[in-house]
Amino acid sequence: MSEAAGRPRPFVSRAGMMLGIRLSAPFLPGIIVFGSAFGTSAAQKGLTLTETVLSSALVFAGASQLVSLELWRDDWDFASVAAISLLVFTVNARMILMGASLHSWAGSLPGRTLWPSLYLLTDANWIISERYRREGGLDFGVMIGPGILFWFIWVFVAVPGYLLGSFVEDPRRFGFDFVMPIVFAGMCVPMWKGRQDLFPWLAAGVASALTAALFSGYAFIVVGALTGALTAAILPGADDA
Amino acid sequence: MPDIDLSASPGAVTALVWMAFATYLCRAGGFWLMAHVPITARVRRALAALPGSIMISTVLPLGVKAGPSAIAALVVAVLVMMRWRRDIVALAAGLATLSALRALGV
Repeated sequence: MSEAAGRPRPFVSRAGMMLGIRLSAPFLPGIIVFGSAFGTSAAQKGLTLTETVLSSALVFAGASQLVSLELWRDDWDFASVAAISLLVFTVNARMILMGASLHSWAGSLPGRTLWPSLYLLTDANWIISERYRREGGLDFGVMIGPGILFWFIWVFVAVPGYLLGSFVEDPRRFGFDFVMPIVFAGMCVPMWKGRQDLFPWLAAGVASALTAALFSGYAFIVVGALTGALTAAILPGADDA
Repeated sequence: MPDIDLSASPGAVTALVWMAFATYLCRAGGFWLMAHVPITARVRRALAALPGSIMISTVLPLGVKAGPSAIAALVVAVLVMMRWRRDIVALAAGLATLSALRALGV
């Protein structure tokens, strides 16, 4: 990981978008099932169909959309809008770290490409991008392509979910509630770079598990990930001059 | 077919727009932040450890919370990935493990 002047530049191509879409296949069943499950939950909470589709289209972040239903109401004032936005922010705060991680790869893309495309960042295309980048890839289309596909699927499946109920009677039965953690676990393998990862990963694991045990909510991802990164920063590294 | 309410209350739309804004701040915030942080050797090491740390911090607490069948599924996914390096195979093996153990009542 050199910051040298001759560093290859990131770019976006149609081929990269298609490659990203091919790499996204493992995520599609989970996205279809949970996108429709959000529609079903929203119907039960009393959102109109339009509000449900707008949530999927605008927010486009499943866990935070589901959690936000807990604070959904008929009458909105400043305080209730602020509260639900803050809740959504805390559930999605992990994406700040995902973006920070991708910055050293794609940060030099032109802003007119970069800033709009970040609207499409999700757990799934983040992990696709991290693995592709680890293998030396430079095409940010690998993030954008699946993002566009996921957005259309996510928005579309909310409608039958809302009108007809969930596609899969009990998503738990086939493990659909656990697709993302299973993929993340598998992806830890190619992410492992050697002994320098041992203490950061241990620190991340302990900190996240403790945070999850002590506090409700979603702080555990951010606390654990920051602890791992800080541990790596504090430990002496091979690249210290 | 029941009547479908296609309306959206102004309050709900306001809330959704702010929720979307909060989410975009998360999506773009890390990029914006790192454009303003000098990249020292320490920062570089922190960033290198970040993806793995995010994955561990997501997987471990969710596994512990979801119980033994989930932990078994995660372990199987890691082992399969170590052997075959194919994410879709690891996912299939993890899901098979999870649904089998759940069906057995674990």
